[in-house]
Amino acid sequence: MHQAILSDDSLTFAEKIISLRANGGEKIHRPGDITVLTADIAMAQDSTGPLAIRVFREMGVEKVWDPSRVHLVIDHTYPASDEQVANLHNLMREFVKQHGCRIVEGSISHQHLMESHIVPGMVLFGADSHTCQGGALGAFATGIGSSEMAALWATGNLWVRVPESVKVNLSGEFKRGVYARDIISHFIGMVGEDGGNYLSLEWKGPSVKNLSMASRACISNNSMECGCKLSVFEVDGLTEEYLGSVNRKPMFKVHAGKKANYKDEHDIELGKLEPQVAEPGNVDKVKSVREVEGTPIDQSFIGSSTNGRYEDLVIAAKVLKGRKVKAGTRCIVTPASRNVFEQAIKEGLAELFLEAGAVFTNATCGACVGTHLGVLGENEVCISSSPRNYMGRMGATSAKIYLASPAVCAASAVEGRIADPRKYL
Amino acid sequence: MMTPTVLRGRAWVWPDDVNTDIIIPFRFKARTNDPYEMAKYCMYGFDPEFYKKVKQGDLFVAGRNFGGGSSREQAPVAIKYSGVSAVVAESFARIFYRNAFAIGLPALEVPGISKEVKQFDELEVNLQDWSAKRVKDGRIFHALKVTDFLRGLMQEGGLVEYYKHHKSFPWERLKAATTTS
Repeated sequence: MHQAILSDDSLTFAEKIISLRANGGEKIHRPGDITVLTADIAMAQDSTGPLAIRVFREMGVEKVWDPSRVHLVIDHTYPASDEQVANLHNLMREFVKQHGCRIVEGSISHQHLMESHIVPGMVLFGADSHTCQGGALGAFATGIGSSEMAALWATGNLWVRVPESVKVNLSGEFKRGVYARDIISHFIGMVGEDGGNYLSLEWKGPSVKNLSMASRACISNNSMECGCKLSVFEVDGLTEEYLGSVNRKPMFKVHAGKKANYKDEHDIELGKLEPQVAEPGNVDKVKSVREVEGTPIDQSFIGSSTNGRYEDLVIAAKVLKGRKVKAGTRCIVTPASRNVFEQAIKEGLAELFLEAGAVFTNATCGACVGTHLGVLGENEVCISSSPRNYMGRMGATSAKIYLASPAVCAASAVEGRIADPRKYL
Repeated sequence: MMTPTVLRGRAWVWPDDVNTDIIIPFRFKARTNDPYEMAKYCMYGFDPEFYKKVKQGDLFVAGRNFGGGSSREQAPVAIKYSGVSAVVAESFARIFYRNAFAIGLPALEVPGISKEVKQFDELEVNLQDWSAKRVKDGRIFHALKVTDFLRGLMQEGGLVEYYKHHKSFPWERLKAATTTS
C-alpha cells in the first residue's frame, strides 16, 4: 500500500504523508478526515516541557512509551536567568533521568532537530509552534501543546485532522538585499495572520531549487505566523545533498501528486520583492523597507530559530564588517544552535560582531520571547529578525517591535534607525 | 471533574487576533508551573489587573483567530484558572483550539458572535447542543460542529480527567476503529 500511496497522483503532500504514516498506511486520507499518527519524535522545550511533565504525572502514567523518541530541549531561557527558571530546568533534567529520554541544552530545538534528527517522511510533534520548521526537510512536523505532548509521551499516538493544502509557486531570482525571510514576510502580509490557519503550505515552483536549506528552514519556520499546520518542501537534489552531508537517509520521499486538489494557489515572483518590514503589533502589517526607513530604534536583534542560522549571520556580518553599531543603539546577535555559535567563532564572525560593537550571545530563544539577553523596556523600539512582533512579546507592553531580515536588522543597527540594507551590500 | 453541560455568565468581549503573548506573556508563564499563578497574568497584555476583575463563571467572547501565535498551553490554562468557564470565538488559532480541548476549557466557534454580544451581556453556553444563548432575548447561536470524540473529551474535563477515568486517550478508540475498517 505504501507504494500505491506514494505514487497516487491525486494527493497533496499533507494527504500523502498522513495516509502513509497513519495506521501503517492502510487507507487514503482526505482533508477533514481525522486519524492517528505515531510520533518519530515528541519534543518539548523549557517553556512547555515542565507543564507537560506536570500533566504526565497528574495522568498517573508511569513510563514514557519510547524514551529514544522523547526529546527535551532547554533553549528558551538558556542558561537559566533566575531561580524560578532554574528550578523548572531541573524538573526537566530529573524527568530525563527518571525515564531515560533525550535532552539537549543550549541549542534552539528546531535547529537542533534539523541538524541532528529530522529526515523526510518523518512524523514530528513538538510542543512549540515553530516545530513546522521540519517541513523544510519534507517531514510531517507540527506544533502542539503540553497536555497533548504528555499524552504522546504516554502512548506515542496523537490525533490529527487532515488539512487542506495551499500551493505557493516561487519564480524568478532575488534582487540584491532580498532573502527567504522577505518571501515569507511578503506571504504573511498577503494572506494575513490567520490566512494559513489549519492549512498545509506547499512551497513549489522553479525557484525552490535555488533556496538553500537555511532559507527553506526560515520559510517553514516562519510560516507558523499565518497559523499553518504544515509548511513543506518536497525532497529534491538539495535535500539529498544535505542529508548526505549529515549522513542520514529519508524514511519516505513524499511528492504531491500532479492532480492534487489545492484550496488556493499563490504566485510570488522573487524579482519583484523588496526588503520587507512588519510593523509593530501584528505579523501581517508588512511593508517595503522604504516605507518605514528612518524610524529610530533602541535595539536591533539578529537571531532566533527563524533567522539565526550561519547563513543569516554571514549576511549580518557582511553589513557590519568595518562598520560600527550606532552609539546609543544595542545590537544583539544570537545564533540558533551551539553548532552555529561555534562556527561563527571559528570563521571569525563573532570577532567581527564584537568589533562592530554588537553583543554576541550563546544560542537561546531569549530576546525573541522577552525572557533574557535583550528584553525591551517601556516604550523602546526594536527591529528584530525573530518571528513575532506582538504587544509585550519581547518585554514591556508598550515596547514596539518591527520584524525584518538579518540584513535590514544589521543595517538598522549601523544607522540607529530602520535602514535599507542594499547600500551596505 | 466533568464539565457542567450549561455554563451561564457575563461575557468579556475581545477583538480579533488576541494572541497568546497578550493572553499570558512568556516571562510570567515560563517562571511557574502552577495554574493558579498563571491565572494572575491572564489577559495581562490588555489589562494587568484583569485577574482581580474577572468573576468565577464569566465567559469570553472574541473575534477571529483567538489564541494565535505560541503553542503555550499556559494561555488556555490561565483563562480557565482565572475563573472563565468557556470561550466563544468567531475562530480559533489551531494550537490554542487543540489545547482548549486538551485541558477542558470549552471553546466554541461561532462565526459573527462578536458583533452580537456586548461587554457583560449574560450568555449561556450549552455543551450538549454546542451552542450559545444570549440570555436577554433568548437568541441561540449554533457553534460549528466538532467531531464526537472531541466533544466527549470536553465533557469529561480534558485529557487528565479522561485518562484517569479510562486509562486510555479518546483517539486510541479512533485508531482501533480505523485499523479494523
